[in-house]
Amino acid sequence: MIIKDLFKETFSALLMNKARSGLTVLGIVIGIGSVIALVSIGQGATSSIKSNIESMGSNLVMVTPGAQRGTGVKISAGRGSAKSLKAEDVEAISKLSTVETVAPVVTGQYQVTAKGTNTRTSVVGITTAYADVKSLEVEEGVFITEQNNKSSSKVAVIGPTVRDDLFGEDATDVVGQNIRINNIIFKVVGVTVAKGTSGMSNADDMIYIPLSTAQRFLSGNEYLSTINIEAIDQDSMSVLQAEVTSLLLDLHNITDSTQADFTVTTQEDMIESASSISETLSMLLGGIAAISLVVGGIGIMNMMLTTVTERTREIGLRKAIGAKRKDINMQFLVEAIMLTFIGGIIGVILGGLVAFVLNYFDIISTQVSLFSVLLAFGVSAVIGIVFGYYPARRASNLNPIEALRYE
Amino acid sequence: MIECKNITKIYSGNIEQTVALKNVSFTIDEGEFVAIIGPSGSGKSTLMHMLGALDTPTSGKYFLDGKDVSKLSDDELADIRKDKIGFVFQAFNLLPRTTVLKNVMLPLMYAGVPLEERERRAKQALKDAGLNETHFTHLSNQLSGGQMQRVAIARALVNNPSLILADEPTGNLDSKTGDIVLDTFKKLNDQGRTIVLITHERYIADHAKRVIAIKDGEIVEDTLHGIKNKSLNDIKE
Repeated sequence: MIIKDLFKETFSALLMNKARSGLTVLGIVIGIGSVIALVSIGQGATSSIKSNIESMGSNLVMVTPGAQRGTGVKISAGRGSAKSLKAEDVEAISKLSTVETVAPVVTGQYQVTAKGTNTRTSVVGITTAYADVKSLEVEEGVFITEQNNKSSSKVAVIGPTVRDDLFGEDATDVVGQNIRINNIIFKVVGVTVAKGTSGMSNADDMIYIPLSTAQRFLSGNEYLSTINIEAIDQDSMSVLQAEVTSLLLDLHNITDSTQADFTVTTQEDMIESASSISETLSMLLGGIAAISLVVGGIGIMNMMLTTVTERTREIGLRKAIGAKRKDINMQFLVEAIMLTFIGGIIGVILGGLVAFVLNYFDIISTQVSLFSVLLAFGVSAVIGIVFGYYPARRASNLNPIEALRYE
Repeated sequence: MIECKNITKIYSGNIEQTVALKNVSFTIDEGEFVAIIGPSGSGKSTLMHMLGALDTPTSGKYFLDGKDVSKLSDDELADIRKDKIGFVFQAFNLLPRTTVLKNVMLPLMYAGVPLEERERRAKQALKDAGLNETHFTHLSNQLSGGQMQRVAIARALVNNPSLILADEPTGNLDSKTGDIVLDTFKKLNDQGRTIVLITHERYIADHAKRVIAIKDGEIVEDTLHGIKNKSLNDIKE
């Protein structure tokens, strides 16, 4: 029996009972479709988090006070609470050859008020370099200048979310207005361009003020919350990470690196940890969808068993005219695989369509990967084989004499 | 070309054994038209299964075209059926909602014959079986009983078998269409085909040139053109 005949026989057998074949295929379509759609949602989330972290700036290495790892009792890992980073550290780091720019910051949460409205948000003390490192741009007004820092001016650049909170949705003429941070009057000199959330911090919901101002009037000390470093290129990031670590250990007179009172994190580390969360989410979603796929597979088995029983006489006849066990086995197995494969194709198209629609109407960002499509096809074929195997075996093991007598 | 030597078939049940055939021996030459007759439970169906290579005897030997078929595996038996046997069943056993032509082409598919050749041979077989060409593209379930059985005969012919086995081929037909079907067998026999017809009716058996009667698993009569076969008498004595 040649392959072409096998497929012809299969097609005509499936078309013989269109409604039943259709419903069985539907089970697989739903299974594969939901796998594709749900995994695309998970992967869309992963990539949007990634791109948000990347939008924080390129080739970024961050030094934060406090140890993330250490023996015994952990020193508080909270940013800003541990005090170990100083201006000297910044000075030393900026002399490293792999450093493009260094932007030290002091952050704190403060109550901010303006003309009867108030909000609690992050206030970031920065230098001019911060705008380069974090790729910040102002929509209107100007950014913090070097002069502002030298003179510890009480000026502020606010994010669009802060503007909306304090002055109302898309308020204009914000520049020049006064706001109170921790009851100290600041003059708004600029508004930043909206960047979106990075999953951990929202650059739009921040107020930027000169570093020296933040240290003198808000935190009241000379310590830094974070030192942002931009590497000269992507390849030198890991070198930079190692160099900064050994430099700071040296400066802080620490010999044992496990006792470090600071942590050096690269942007890649952040992307890695953020994507590991969303990848777990993807797997969870995929797993739920896979259950419906198994249910679809059971539907295939159910239909195939019914078909074998119904066509017992036909099987008997085929055997009587010379069909071998293998021929019968193949015929029913291919029928099951064909069902799942057709279901797989329609499911991929449908799932892709759902993903596209969700994305197109901005409901949720999705991303259909080639991998999930290939996986869906693979899984549907395997389901066909697994759930088609037993019915096909039953058909091929029928005794032709008894099968021909079957009523 | 068919030679049965001391064929015995025993079915082992849970409680008791059933002896369906006891030491049956006979030969059928090429071109014969033989009716095997017997009441139900006589063992004629079991004998047909042996002759059709659907089953193997418990003991004894069965030679088909000189080849010992009695000890073959399932797949080897399938090959014998594919190449040497054509079946005609009482219930026709055509594939429903499938065209006449495709039904007849089916055995050739398992034999691996190319598609054009299949169609050519199927059309020839249908003509030989006396079916009008206008019916070739009809679905099998649109035909009358007599037409269906002629399609089944064509299907049995199409692989050019050494032996055509017909199991109660007129059982589901009225006597008039039954006669037409029997005539078809006669014509095929005139063309030199070997036919074995299994029936329980003497009237039908009389259409054959030779009648083998079987009862309780033993041959009780073997007549050729109404003349008792000498060799059988020898066995009986």
